[in-house]
Amino acid sequence: MDDLYREVIIERYKTPHFRGKLDPHDIAFEDDNPLCGDHIAITLRVDGGNRVSAAAFEGHGCAISQASADLLMESVIGKTLEQVKALTRQDILDLLGIELGPVRLKCALLSLKVLKAGVYGLGEASEELVA
Amino acid sequence: MSLDVFRIRQDFPILSRELRPGVPLVYLDSTATTQKPRAVLSAMDDFYRRSNANIHRGIHMLAEEATALYEKSREQVAEFIHAPAARQVIFTRNASESLNLVAYTWGRANLRAGDVVILTEMEHHSNLVPWQMLAAERGVKLEFIPVSEDGLLDLEAYRALLALAHPRLVAFTHMSNVLGTINPAAEIIRMAHAAGAVTLVDGAQSVPHIPLDVQALDVDFLAFSAHKMLGPTGIGVLYGKAALLESMPPFLGGGDMIKAVHLRSFTPNEIPHKFEAGTPAIAEAVGFGAAVAYLTQVGMEAVAAHEREIVAYALERLQEIPGVHVLGPSAEKRGAVAAFTLKGVHPHDVSQIVDTFGVAVRAGHHCAQPLHEKFGIPATTRASFYIYNTPAEVDRLINAIYEVKRIFG
Repeated sequence: MDDLYREVIIERYKTPHFRGKLDPHDIAFEDDNPLCGDHIAITLRVDGGNRVSAAAFEGHGCAISQASADLLMESVIGKTLEQVKALTRQDILDLLGIELGPVRLKCALLSLKVLKAGVYGLGEASEELVA
Repeated sequence: MSLDVFRIRQDFPILSRELRPGVPLVYLDSTATTQKPRAVLSAMDDFYRRSNANIHRGIHMLAEEATALYEKSREQVAEFIHAPAARQVIFTRNASESLNLVAYTWGRANLRAGDVVILTEMEHHSNLVPWQMLAAERGVKLEFIPVSEDGLLDLEAYRALLALAHPRLVAFTHMSNVLGTINPAAEIIRMAHAAGAVTLVDGAQSVPHIPLDVQALDVDFLAFSAHKMLGPTGIGVLYGKAALLESMPPFLGGGDMIKAVHLRSFTPNEIPHKFEAGTPAIAEAVGFGAAVAYLTQVGMEAVAAHEREIVAYALERLQEIPGVHVLGPSAEKRGAVAAFTLKGVHPHDVSQIVDTFGVAVRAGHHCAQPLHEKFGIPATTRASFYIYNTPAEVDRLINAIYEVKRIFG
């Protein structure tokens, strides 16, 4: 448990650095995890149509889902949209620095799913985005 | 009459398991499914080792034995709920299937566009979605008895609904799997009958926990599951009044539910077989019989008394923790369930952390999403208790919640 609830996760859950809604923004997408009601809404600003210059999220849910969203926002700033599209579930696990069972993995991956659906300009966030 | 919880615990092999070295299991999730005593495990094991055969119509000895064991379980279950006759006990897969059976057969034979079905805001999805499906298909109208802030049904609002809506059916849970509220079933049924409505009770939570007499309640249909009352998964019950069951069209078609079949027609069997198509869960029925025998031996009055005590203690201890809010009514109006929120911590995180102390609780909306929406919370953590739980286990839960608070600071 002390592994799962690492200090960085509790800290980012309680005082997220990238919580909010960017106005104006270039990309916006939101979705929830119907299993537990976790919700994530992401807004991005993109410079020159290609590089993420600002990122923010709003939402509610467990510490894992909210901390992973915050860490993900931090990590995408400065990345090109191509680099964002190439992010994988392993990248999220590396950010969190923990191992997760199948149920909590869904919590951790919600923000990546929302982010990629937004960047791809898809109508809905599918599981394939984080496969 | 009281119950010797320490002796009872000896009957449940799983309760002596250590989840991790030095961390014994504290099982507080019996509302989802209960653990099984040795009597149930060995009844099923014996059945497969000694008597296994398909039931009905077999002429050989094993088939006769299996049939007798299966039908004996039906009689035990009938006696347990004080049904007038065993043929009024239909074996299904679970309470959900029983509720669906009523919606599918009685509902489709009796409900027309504009007919009203009264439900409550505290229903489990299994007594909500089948009626929503019927509403979409038939134009049946659904009305809901509201739930008050303290988790009780508003019977005045119910009275008004009955007068206005002329309902055909009142279908409600006897005990909420989230709030723990034990609803005044006899009164709700009496009022429904006075208004000319048929009644369906979801007894998935009440039958395992409180003495129940279908004749005293005068209920028309009662649904419940074996696995929530010490029995195996895969078998449940629909009890019904004989005249109603006989008037209903069959549910699934196949073997056993027919008297005669021709190429273009069939004659349905008598009840209960009319509603039991195909090979049923035979070993599970045998295990269910053993579960009912076990509960009868303990005594349902003693079960209920033990649970009142343990839930009262759990409420007292939970409420002393700053930031904990327990949903539902006071201890004397509830069964052995305590769903709560902890300020600033999501229920999944609570559940995950207390699990590391061996404490098994459930987190989520517990198949009652509309109820959580009503109270404006996405999810709760739920501790639930049964005959094998002790006050010391409540203490283990409370200590674990203090650990959650420490971690989340």
